[in-house]
Amino acid sequence: MKATEPTLRTFATVWAALMVLLALTVGVALFDLGPLSLAVALVIAVTKAVLILLVFMHVRYGSREVLVFAGAAYLWLAILLVGTFHDYVTRNWLPGPPAQRRQSSGR
Amino acid sequence: MNDPGTRSGGGAEGMEPLHSHFASREQQREATTLGMWLFLATEILFFGALFLAYAYVRWSFPAVVQQASRHLELVMGTINTGVLLTSSFAMAVGVLFAEQGRHRAAAKALAATALMGVAFLMIKGSEYAAVIHEGFLPGFTANLEPVSRPGGGYAGLLSEGGGPVPGQEELFFWLYFVMTGIHAIHVAIGVGMLTLLAWWMRKPHPASRASLNTVRNAGLYWHFVDLVWVFLFPLLYLAGHRFQP
Repeated sequence: MKATEPTLRTFATVWAALMVLLALTVGVALFDLGPLSLAVALVIAVTKAVLILLVFMHVRYGSREVLVFAGAAYLWLAILLVGTFHDYVTRNWLPGPPAQRRQSSGR
Repeated sequence: MNDPGTRSGGGAEGMEPLHSHFASREQQREATTLGMWLFLATEILFFGALFLAYAYVRWSFPAVVQQASRHLELVMGTINTGVLLTSSFAMAVGVLFAEQGRHRAAAKALAATALMGVAFLMIKGSEYAAVIHEGFLPGFTANLEPVSRPGGGYAGLLSEGGGPVPGQEELFFWLYFVMTGIHAIHVAIGVGMLTLLAWWMRKPHPASRASLNTVRNAGLYWHFVDLVWVFLFPLLYLAGHRFQP
């Protein structure tokens, strides 16, 4: 994971990339892509986050331990989200009283 | 090679005060960095609970979130994202200068970062004013129904046709104010921290309080605040497309 130390040029390149991604995410969000809208917005956000984590936050230039520490929280975050949504998403899979129907319109 | 400090490249790194409980400056740097990442992990989980709440509301009432999102100030939100991303760039440059031992240049970069943080908070403030003026402050919503209507409960949240109910928009604005509000508190703390560091580093030979590792950790904190915003912005401001077909 160790790479040569970043320079001013590295940071400027990442900043430019972040600005392009910002313009892209706003541009895409102006139009209706249906369920794809959220997916595109999240892919762009994750790309920006990875750039910030690896370069600005020096994870790319740090030790393996730093990588583990920086990544661990996302594992717990995934447990939080998956653990909660495995319930909500599967609630209507079996027939039963339609007490807590999910709102069906739009997306 | 006997002095552990000379191994880590000399320069600003070699000038770093070595505390007695560390064997070398490398160990000190590694331990300090890991400690900061551990703190940031708790911060990620702290914001994570709010993102979970958002995910639930968006999953349950997608049309409502899209509709409510269009009431937010897209232009101000976009400018603010640009300001915060640029401030992160200035912060990274500040850490780079500090590592090169250029304390005055680093102090300027940190001050610039703090100034952009202030600009972010000012834009956020006028945005809040605009959203509140439109009547979307939860609890004081003039043109929205309250979320929990008498005898409502879960059933009260669902309209018969499955369409959006005005009261549900309030859920979105609760999330908007709480998530951006807690984020803004983090920005304000960062601004205070960076101002203090820039003040300490203004002289060619700064006090040990503004040590290289302190500047690095302040940088990690600031980038983390930026990181949270990178997700808040699309989820809150870009949930609903603005051009109607």
